[in-house]
Amino acid sequence: MSVLVYTESEQGKFKKTAFEAASYAKAVADQMGTTVTAVTINTVDVSELGTYGVDKVLNISNGDLDKFNANSYASAIEQAAKQEDAKVVVISSSADSKYIAPILAIGLEAGYASNVVEAPSSIAPFTVKRTAFTNKAFNMTTIDTDTKIIGVSKNAFGLVESSGNASSEDFSPSIPNSGVTVQSVDRATDKVTIADAEIVVSGGRGLKGPENWGMIEELAEVLGAATACSKPVSDLGWRPHSEHVGQTGKPVASNLYIAIGISGAIQHLAGINSSKVKVVINTDPEAPFFKAADYGIVGDAFEVVPTLIEKLKAFKAQNA
Amino acid sequence: MKILVCISHVPDTTSKINFTENDTKFDTNGVQFVINPNDEFGLTRAMWFKEKQNANVTVVNVGGPETEPTLRKALAIGADAAIRVNTEAKDGFQVAKELANVVNDGGYDLVIAGRESIDYNGGMVPGMLAALINANFVTNCINLEVDGTNATAIREIDGGKETVSTSLPLVIGGQKGLVEESDLRIPNMRGIMMARKKPLTVLESTNTIIETTSVKFEKPAPKGAVTLVDADNIDQLISLLHNEAKVI
Ligand SMILES: Cc1cc2nc3c(=O)[nH]c(=O)nc-3n(C[C@H](O)[C@H](O)[C@H](O)COP(=O)(O)OP(=O)(O)OC[C@H]3O[C@@H](n4cnc5c(N)ncnc54)[C@H](O)[C@@H]3O)c2cc1C
Ligand SMILES: Nc1ncnc2c1ncn2[C@@H]1O[C@H](COP(=O)(O)O)[C@@H](O)[C@H]1O
Repeated sequence: MSVLVYTESEQGKFKKTAFEAASYAKAVADQMGTTVTAVTINTVDVSELGTYGVDKVLNISNGDLDKFNANSYASAIEQAAKQEDAKVVVISSSADSKYIAPILAIGLEAGYASNVVEAPSSIAPFTVKRTAFTNKAFNMTTIDTDTKIIGVSKNAFGLVESSGNASSEDFSPSIPNSGVTVQSVDRATDKVTIADAEIVVSGGRGLKGPENWGMIEELAEVLGAATACSKPVSDLGWRPHSEHVGQTGKPVASNLYIAIGISGAIQHLAGINSSKVKVVINTDPEAPFFKAADYGIVGDAFEVVPTLIEKLKAFKAQNA
Repeated sequence: MKILVCISHVPDTTSKINFTENDTKFDTNGVQFVINPNDEFGLTRAMWFKEKQNANVTVVNVGGPETEPTLRKALAIGADAAIRVNTEAKDGFQVAKELANVVNDGGYDLVIAGRESIDYNGGMVPGMLAALINANFVTNCINLEVDGTNATAIREIDGGKETVSTSLPLVIGGQKGLVEESDLRIPNMRGIMMARKKPLTVLESTNTIIETTSVKFEKPAPKGAVTLVDADNIDQLISLLHNEAKVI
């Protein structure tokens, strides 16, 4: 009857989203008066999970699962849920988890609510708050099936530590053949991704051209941030599509979002609204972004950003 | 090859989002509806398969009569036929069930849906559909080639991309990259005239199971005013971000 959480890892190490999902699962388990079981795939050290409220870990080690595969992973999680007789399954909202969840929902005949931002407001009926209309609104939704799947939004519930130890046992699900085979992976491992970043530095058309992105990259490097851009910037080919954020691009839910030379169109804001703190740097005091931001500088990016880089370097050196 | 393109009918991206009936219903007053942007990329890729590989393209929506102008627009862009499953779309599972019936009855080889809709944002219909009809599934799809019954797709992953090989029947969740923004087509007069003569079949709903229920909507709390920092005083910005916001 325990709450099951899928705690994802990358190259053997847990992702931060795994701890957030575990923290959420713990909150649900407390409400339901039960325990938390985590299922994890090819993770080297699972002991950290105890810190986030997990009581038991089902540890899968299987070379066939080294490469991510949505069907195989969904099947493994489904078998774990059935073994534990879990009525609630919690999963993150990473790209991989969002790929798995709908397949898992059919396998478990479970209702699935994605983009959930708060612990359930009630257990019977099982009611959660999720974002809708690309962050322009929230939707209170009940999940009416016996088994329920919750996809938690990134950086909304947060990490909640609790004191505890997680016991660990090996789990060996049978892995079905999948009709989708990975041929090659092309990924920059040295760069912070928008999905995982605590800080995102984003540039818009106000930067005039791709040759001016050096300072954006430098600012991002000083802050350990990911780089992003507005839609026209990627449409013009100044930056890759993978950096396009907004309603029709990637969502951003970082702690800090710095928008440089971005006007703040409604479609842009929709995608970055779940970032906690927003800073805008723009020459035009009437730019709509100033209504959405927490901090703003009315000024020329070509003057403000280089100064900001210098001062941040000094600040980092002092606070290191 | 028979292609089915799933079309979600959504408020234009510029729409202000409001609610009525005690915040239980989306207020459609003054709202323009469009083809979901991710579906428009998919439809445009389907047109490529039609022109290059002689594919037959049907578009489908699960929704009430109000969605027909959106389906007609897809026909004007070049789809051969349209299907509307006549029922209010209430949750992802219900829509996936209806679509599964359409796919099974129509014998489609390839289903192109969007990664997510911009209204419900479930990101769930294509995956559920694939699982229901036992088809292969690739989401966040930014490129797709089909050769006989073999397919090669590129999927965007965090920080990069992944090339996968798979086979038909296949469901994809598409997004920008599947085609470029500049490939998108605006229906011309001829397309609009022809669309009037193309078949738009209305099917009755067969599924009544709903797994989740929308209870109420809420708007985000209004934002406080911005704190402006002088361009000559960057130190103050750093201090605010460090001491007040605690994000650096
Ligand atoms: C269907 C649809 C979907 C869309 N989806 C998205 C989306 O997902 N994401 C997205 O971003 N957009 C999206 N858009 C586009 C959106 O409407 C805006 O056009 C876009 O966000 C504007 O980009 P921008 O702010 O970079 O450029 P602009 O609007 O041109 O703004 C440039 C800004 O830079 C400022 N500036 C100029 N020079 C300087 C300087 N030297 N220093 C500092 N500031 C300077 C200007 O004052 C201005 O505010 C979408 C549009 C449509 C129709
Ligand atoms: N009512 C609907 N009718 C047809 N297709 C839909 C409908 N709702 C969602 N879809 C498809 O499923 C995709 C993902 O939608 P969602 O699961 O709501 O995020 C959309 O981009 C569409 O391709």
